[in-house]
Amino acid sequence: MSRLAQIFARTRAENRAAFVAYVCAGDPDFETSVAGCRALLASGVDLLELGVPFSDPLADGLTNQLAAQRALESGMTAARVGELVRRIREFSDAPIIFYTYYNLIFANGVDAYVRAAKTAGVDGILALDLPPEEAGEFIAACRAHGVDTVFIIAPTTPDARIPKIAAATTGFLYYASREGVTGVRDQVAANIPEAIARIRVHTKLPIAVGFGIGSRAQVAQVAATADGVVVGSALVNCVRSNLADRAKIAPALAAKAADLSAGVKRS
Amino acid sequence: MPTATAPLDRFSLPDAGGHFGPYGGVFVPETLVTALQELGAAYDVARMDPVFQAELRHHLKEFAGRPTQLYFAERLTKHCGGAKIYLKREDLLHTGAHKINNALGQALLARRMGKRRIIAETGAGQHGVATAAVCAKFDFECVIYMGAVDMERQALNVFRMRLMGAEVRGVEAGQQTLKEAINEAMRDWVTNVRSTHYILGTAYGSHPYPMMVRDFHRVIGQEAKEQILAREGRLPDELIACVGGGSNAIGLFFEFLEEPGVRMTGVEAGGHGIKRGEHAARFAGGRLGVLQGCKTFLLQDAEGQIEPTHSVSAGLDYAAVGPEHAFYRDRGRINFAYATDDEVLEAFQLCSRLEGIIPALESTHALVEGLKRAKVLAPDQVIIVNLSGRGDKDVQQVAKILGVKL
Repeated sequence: MSRLAQIFARTRAENRAAFVAYVCAGDPDFETSVAGCRALLASGVDLLELGVPFSDPLADGLTNQLAAQRALESGMTAARVGELVRRIREFSDAPIIFYTYYNLIFANGVDAYVRAAKTAGVDGILALDLPPEEAGEFIAACRAHGVDTVFIIAPTTPDARIPKIAAATTGFLYYASREGVTGVRDQVAANIPEAIARIRVHTKLPIAVGFGIGSRAQVAQVAATADGVVVGSALVNCVRSNLADRAKIAPALAAKAADLSAGVKRS
Repeated sequence: MPTATAPLDRFSLPDAGGHFGPYGGVFVPETLVTALQELGAAYDVARMDPVFQAELRHHLKEFAGRPTQLYFAERLTKHCGGAKIYLKREDLLHTGAHKINNALGQALLARRMGKRRIIAETGAGQHGVATAAVCAKFDFECVIYMGAVDMERQALNVFRMRLMGAEVRGVEAGQQTLKEAINEAMRDWVTNVRSTHYILGTAYGSHPYPMMVRDFHRVIGQEAKEQILAREGRLPDELIACVGGGSNAIGLFFEFLEEPGVRMTGVEAGGHGIKRGEHAARFAGGRLGVLQGCKTFLLQDAEGQIEPTHSVSAGLDYAAVGPEHAFYRDRGRINFAYATDDEVLEAFQLCSRLEGIIPALESTHALVEGLKRAKVLAPDQVIIVNLSGRGDKDVQQVAKILGVKL
């Protein structure tokens, strides 16, 4: 059983949703990022989603754009992202997925990229701008190297398309709960339970919900029906607001994750 | 250079998934996939609908000012002492460039689809101005994304767009040019996809855009073919057009793709020369990658991060090239060259002085190559250069570069 399958089996058994934390690899620098991931994984995070910084993150809001920019400016490269995962593997067995854009996977050969990710200790990959129709080579490489695939379902995805996306997915389905880019919003989308029900008709895969979730109450609201709750920008904001004193970033992430992850328990 | 193996059928591309051989496709966030499919379906109906086509022809004539002249550039021809140089005068169109062909087509399509809000990106501002104009004409809400650097170097076009009622939003991310404007337009579209149509301005991006934009510009080549046959009684020896995304070039070339005697050259921006970050000649310094919806030649680093670009012309200052151009380059059917900023500034002044025509800096790239080719061809040979836009928008920038105080 893959690490992803294990975590969702466990959280289901515990009658709760998995708490999925997104941070950008290397934001704002390599060592702070390692410390931040360690803090997150010690504070209720079940699954770590590592953003691999790309120069042109067109699906991301300003918070994550700036995070990617900081990471790239601090010298993050594909090799350094792999190194970051290896460092995390020294202290954690939690599932880790890459959240990235397809050109970074494609540029030097899809198979080589996936193999290197697996070797570093990555469990799954989500490419934001890669619909299943274009993902043949990517899916084959992931199957070959035992890396789970994660694909997105959007509010605009028609029912008829869900089976195609589910068939391409092995890890979990990521429901992007609103149209738009990543970022914290005042309210989570109202129709999430209906959307999850709509997806469950077609698949038994775990469903994690993200985009716009940033408070414990919002996490709890989503966790009532979803298998996983993804929080990204709210955590990245902990990095952004402590840039003047980077030693404060890891404690800030820990405090935020502890607060938010309390929301995943179903009453 | 790979050579053609199968006979060329220009109408066979792209395939149903938007692929031109290994290029093109649909590489977008899931939120946009269905919108692109709906757009493709609506376009498939419209392209076969005589009512839509008649309406488009009407507006191209009455609003845009088609057909444009095929003008014999007598003094440039004499200056080069070789082949006859003809200029396809897309610069004479309303709003100053070929961009209006596509803006009109997509606006009519958006109206059919019931969208009331239009967004667009712009580099040099010509596509933004064309989009603002059609939005005024058809009463759409209009938001144009433009890099902050481009807003500075194309300030006149920013004011034009605002005069016509468009909201121009400056983009401060990254290099603050065309690529960042497209990122921001995509972010808007992904947020407002149900109400909004994105009028992409070049033969680039996800299917159906490269095909649709090409089709809306095919009129350039159709007219040019008829005009040169009437004028010279024969097909041209060469066609030359500048290539940013490549919309004016594919518009001119498409009609001639299956005429083996007609040589075609796309001209990219050589900037300060082919060094990292100093140019936008994707075929000179790029390799295969995926950017902003499309698989094609990109300027990127060893790991796939997109590299900065430079060109004196904002409209060619872009890291990727339209997928259909990449395909025909592999087939050996379209050649590619580049012109440097210095060559462009010289030809800009030469054309103005000899012909009384001030060309857009983008189009001047094609002219540079046209002048080179005319010198090596015989006087009984014929070159058509696509003068895709006028240079009024560029005079302030050129004055600044030349050290002239206005």
